[in-house]
Amino acid sequence: MEALGLLLHGFAVLLTWKTLVLMMVGLVLGIFVGVLPGLGGPNGVAILLPLTFTMDPTSAIVMLSCIYWGALFGGAITSILFNIPGEAWSVATTFDGYPMAQQGRAAEALTAAFTSSFVGSLVAVLLITFLAPMISSFALKFGPPEFFAVYLLTFCSFVGLGREAKHKTVISMSLGLLLAGIGMDTVSGSLRMTFGSPELLRGINFLVAVIGLFGISEILLTMEERLALRGHAASISLRVVLGVWKDLPKYWVTLLRSSFIGCWLGITPGGAIAASFMGYNLAKRFAKEPASFGKGRIEGVFAPETAAHASGTSALLPMLALGIPGSGTAAILLGGLMVWGLNPGPLLFVEHKDFVWGLIASMYLGNVVGLVLVLTTVPIFASILRVPFAAVAPMIVVSCAIGAYAIQNAMFDVWLMLGFGVVGYVFKKIGIPLAPFTLALVLGNRAEDAFRLSMIGSGGTLKVFWSNGLVGSITTLALLLLFWPVIDGLLGRTGRRAAGQNDGATKS
Amino acid sequence: MRIPVKALGAATALLLSTPAVAAWEPTKPVEIVVAAGAGGASDQMARMMQAAIQKNNLMKQPMVVSLKGGASGAEALMYMKSSEGDPNKVLIAYSLIYMLPLSAKIPFNWRELTPVSVVALDQFVLWDNSAGPKTLKEFVAAAKAASAPFKMGGTGSKREDHVLTVFLEQKTGAKFSYLPYKSGGEAATQLVGNHTEANVNNPSENLEVWRAGQVRPLCVFDRERIAYTTKVTDTQSWADIPTCKEEGVDVQYLMLRAMFLPGKVTPEQQAFYVDLFHKVTQTAEYKDYMEKQALKPIFLTGKDMVQFLEEDDALNKSLMTEAGFVAK
Repeated sequence: MEALGLLLHGFAVLLTWKTLVLMMVGLVLGIFVGVLPGLGGPNGVAILLPLTFTMDPTSAIVMLSCIYWGALFGGAITSILFNIPGEAWSVATTFDGYPMAQQGRAAEALTAAFTSSFVGSLVAVLLITFLAPMISSFALKFGPPEFFAVYLLTFCSFVGLGREAKHKTVISMSLGLLLAGIGMDTVSGSLRMTFGSPELLRGINFLVAVIGLFGISEILLTMEERLALRGHAASISLRVVLGVWKDLPKYWVTLLRSSFIGCWLGITPGGAIAASFMGYNLAKRFAKEPASFGKGRIEGVFAPETAAHASGTSALLPMLALGIPGSGTAAILLGGLMVWGLNPGPLLFVEHKDFVWGLIASMYLGNVVGLVLVLTTVPIFASILRVPFAAVAPMIVVSCAIGAYAIQNAMFDVWLMLGFGVVGYVFKKIGIPLAPFTLALVLGNRAEDAFRLSMIGSGGTLKVFWSNGLVGSITTLALLLLFWPVIDGLLGRTGRRAAGQNDGATKS
Repeated sequence: MRIPVKALGAATALLLSTPAVAAWEPTKPVEIVVAAGAGGASDQMARMMQAAIQKNNLMKQPMVVSLKGGASGAEALMYMKSSEGDPNKVLIAYSLIYMLPLSAKIPFNWRELTPVSVVALDQFVLWDNSAGPKTLKEFVAAAKAASAPFKMGGTGSKREDHVLTVFLEQKTGAKFSYLPYKSGGEAATQLVGNHTEANVNNPSENLEVWRAGQVRPLCVFDRERIAYTTKVTDTQSWADIPTCKEEGVDVQYLMLRAMFLPGKVTPEQQAFYVDLFHKVTQTAEYKDYMEKQALKPIFLTGKDMVQFLEEDDALNKSLMTEAGFVAK
């Protein structure tokens, strides 16, 4: 029960007024960015990251992760009240949440969404608490080939399991890798693609890219679509809350299934978006009357929200233990860790116990506090949407510019950020996913270094990626995932053929 | 009328730029810029200084550590270069200020910054895994006998660690493949995990894993042994590590640890920091740190410092040229 002791220690680190206040601030900001379409979790965290640079790492990560929890909670509010998903992962919540609101059951739907979010993340945090120490114990087994295999796995699973067209994922990822190559090549010790510019020496900071790609491009899209916001008023009474909670045990299968899907997808880089859809689809598939979904069924809110929150939370585990982010926001938090001087990766759990367990304890506290907070403040946040977009948009653009500038105090980065805004807009228009691009920008350098160090060490033979059980199985899994659509297709065909022969056999 | 007065003021300041007349002091938090990754020797030293200054109330404004290890530390150099006239940034520099402009043609020259003081000299030690050979002779013999070259972990390419590796090859005839990691901390854990056979980390970078009995120091790259005789592990002190010369391999290298301000700051501002870091070297925290990390204490400022830097620059340049690391 080492984990429990460490967790209690984490709570001790956490229970200071300063941290608790930061936690509240983070949650409120998070709900705010979650409610606003065009902002959202990754952007909120990216914009606010530089503000935390002067804090100690534990306070900083507590605040940022609370923004993250807040955004996860907040995304549901607009989905249900306005049929506008504040976050991509709350799209599935609109399917049944909005009809419920139209039937005057908005309060019920919101309570269901918040409660199931809470359940989802609780399951994920429990998983992190008991799995994390095990992950850090094989920390030292990771040399360059192992690290490269893990990066390869991440890239391959994005291509193989992503919902987007494969070629578009590859295009996006390749562009990200190309840009990641700018700057100092640490293996040869010389500069690449800087064209003599001292500004490019640093390379492209992925935060600058992310703020532009997500924040600015979303503003551009919204401007184009002339978003009209019309909402339903909502307030939550204690009676409704208790009513929903009383019914909760009835849906334990759905909750458990969605938690499981969420944790699994959070740890592999499928992300919260995929999890929420999968949670919804599976709930529908296993329901007794699937036709009633989409017409205001409370299960249709429970399923995606539980999965989204479980995956959003568990995405932090690979980020902390292996330095591999499971979601966009986790990728930005990963950058934050490096800024604060923490090396995310296997040794984080050994070298920075206070930080890691403080963070894990903050997941428990943050979610409890968050649940209370959202249940009491729904009417206030809903009123944000009555502020005209014309007033909100300039504020978002300004905060993006400040965010980009503050990272390295460079004006060049602001132009770069705006440039990425246009790139993001174009990508969204032609349907190229942004996530692989961001991922490649974050991990490109490390993957390249790990690969080249492996090659130097092995004298140039690729066999090193199958040189022991650990690296061999990760590499093989990576390749399997890369070709998964092909393999799945082949299996499906032979399966169908076998089934067809059986049919024939019984008929004759 | 205004100009002569200003000039006069500057002249007086120059004349009186002794620590006692530190009329200027920072009005906002001071950033201590680290040109390396987290957990490396520079980072640790910066954090020690931050703590020493705060605990002893040496400065009213707080000091924050800012890690700018990107582009092998070039990020920090360019950052300092572009912060001309900003007296709230101090670089904690090491030999990269000579080497990076040579190896990567970075448009940087340390003469453009304002020198404050040299605060320490850092050692380099050859380490291997505690399961590996026990002496330098055995290590060299094992490296020569190995079918594949021994893997030598280090920090950065074409830098101190790499230079030492090349000279080690020249003097012993053994072959190494050099793996440039991002920080000394990473090079240390990779040696512990047996992913490399050796590294040439600074004492501070391998201290914790040495104390944990996971690595073994083979020899120190200096003329004389390290002076500290307090036991670090159960059986050994820093002074127990033989020099490489004693062990028959004459390779020496010491690295400076020096403080710089950006260019074009006023003499009053420079004087403030000379005084500040002089006070830092008098604190218990500094002395304790020097011993723990096996650093050579030194304090140079003004003309002495510039002369030291010029000589050190020339030495580094010749080593880099000999190793073939100067970019054409």
